[in-house]
Amino acid sequence: MTRVHDMGGRFGDGPVVPDAPVAPGAPDAPDAPVFATEWHARALALTLACGALGQWNIDISRHARERLSPKDYTDFSYYEKWIAALADLLVERGVLTEDDLTGADLTSHGTGQRPEQGTRGDAPHPLAARALQADAVAAVLAKGGPANRDCDIAPRFSPGQAVRCRHPSDNCLVDGGHTRLPAYAAGARGYILRLHGAHVLPDSNAHEQGEAPEPLYAVRFAASELWANPAHPGDQVIIDLWQSYMAPI
Amino acid sequence: MTMNVPKPLIVWVCGAEIGLDRASANSHSGDMPHDNPDHPHALLPPDPALRVKALETILTRKGLIDPAALDEIIDTYQNKIGPQNGAQVVARAWSDPGFREALLQDATAVVADLGYCGRQGEHMVAVENTPTLHNMVVCTLCSCYPWPLLGIPPAWYKSDAYRARVVREPRAVLAEFGVTLPTGTTLRVWDSTAEMRYLVIPMRPEGSEGLDVEALAALVSRDSMIGTALVQMPT
Repeated sequence: MTRVHDMGGRFGDGPVVPDAPVAPGAPDAPDAPVFATEWHARALALTLACGALGQWNIDISRHARERLSPKDYTDFSYYEKWIAALADLLVERGVLTEDDLTGADLTSHGTGQRPEQGTRGDAPHPLAARALQADAVAAVLAKGGPANRDCDIAPRFSPGQAVRCRHPSDNCLVDGGHTRLPAYAAGARGYILRLHGAHVLPDSNAHEQGEAPEPLYAVRFAASELWANPAHPGDQVIIDLWQSYMAPI
Repeated sequence: MTMNVPKPLIVWVCGAEIGLDRASANSHSGDMPHDNPDHPHALLPPDPALRVKALETILTRKGLIDPAALDEIIDTYQNKIGPQNGAQVVARAWSDPGFREALLQDATAVVADLGYCGRQGEHMVAVENTPTLHNMVVCTLCSCYPWPLLGIPPAWYKSDAYRARVVREPRAVLAEFGVTLPTGTTLRVWDSTAEMRYLVIPMRPEGSEGLDVEALAALVSRDSMIGTALVQMPT
């Protein structure tokens, strides 16, 4: 069984709301501001800066958002999910304690002041030396975190080949664990479109069972294969899928 | 659940393909936090703005973050990295057949040469719209998006409605953006489930023949590079 984040194909959501009303044939309206409000920007920046502490990888952080309770996941806005998952991760990984969160003294914010770094006589945190400094931001963002790896596993599939996705779509290593095989593709037949190379397997990496790189493919599915009553059966969905998600037909 | 997935003829035993015994695999994860019923985040103030401030305050006092670094990250994505980068790539692809060919072959290398690389753009693929094929991009599982070329994704891209619906009824979603495709055009929706990031190269509009790269780039909207808009000449 999957989690609430795995919503591709779900019924019941309302219309998509573009940044501005769209009139047919009219030029695009200007894009909305990048951050709708200041705390959205702080939430994103805080999450990126904490990632630089090196206490988790991208798959662990995605799984932390997915592990929010279904109620929280649904009730929280986008950046509320980010900040809740960040707080959970910081405690789970031992960077902060629950007492740290409970004892947050916000008096300096009551006056609009910023806290000073390393104040209040706290003992130096063992990870403080890793804190991302302003002058390192550009280099860290430009470096990113490539997911391609050398790999001993030979590609099993060729472009054009028919494959069938695992069914159910669940993580095979950890019950309820992280996977990037969407439930809507479970058991579906697709065709290999291209090989992307070998990439870190999120199903393993999210649970610290190693990067386990393996070949990654773009796989083409016909709408008629995925949905009971597609309006345009010949339309296609392309999904990036790891080799172990699929079997040959 | 809302899946309409055809049942496979053969039941594929989970784990068999990667040679792992499920019970023993699970035993490795015993000390890994997984579902946490105690939800540490609930200890923070519930108001989201206060919650973010509280966490920033705690982390700053411990020396784990530098608020100036946060300012720098925000400035980067508010003012330096955004759809203007992707528009440059599209305009050059329209203007230079050699660039276009190289971009379609190896977008990661080509855009890195222009300085567009890094976080959430480590592995790029460019997909080109034609009169017979229209491409759109989504991340149904979260919000994956090519940051170095398009910046931070818009709210609608991250919305449940877009994530849930665009794979199942892409033309209905397009209509909400004011776009109608000819029925003879095949529509491809790319679900960004891995670390590959997709840039749509929209069709160059008629009447733009005499324009230079800068003038062309000014025509290219963010949404057209996600696939929810077409590029048009100003009227």
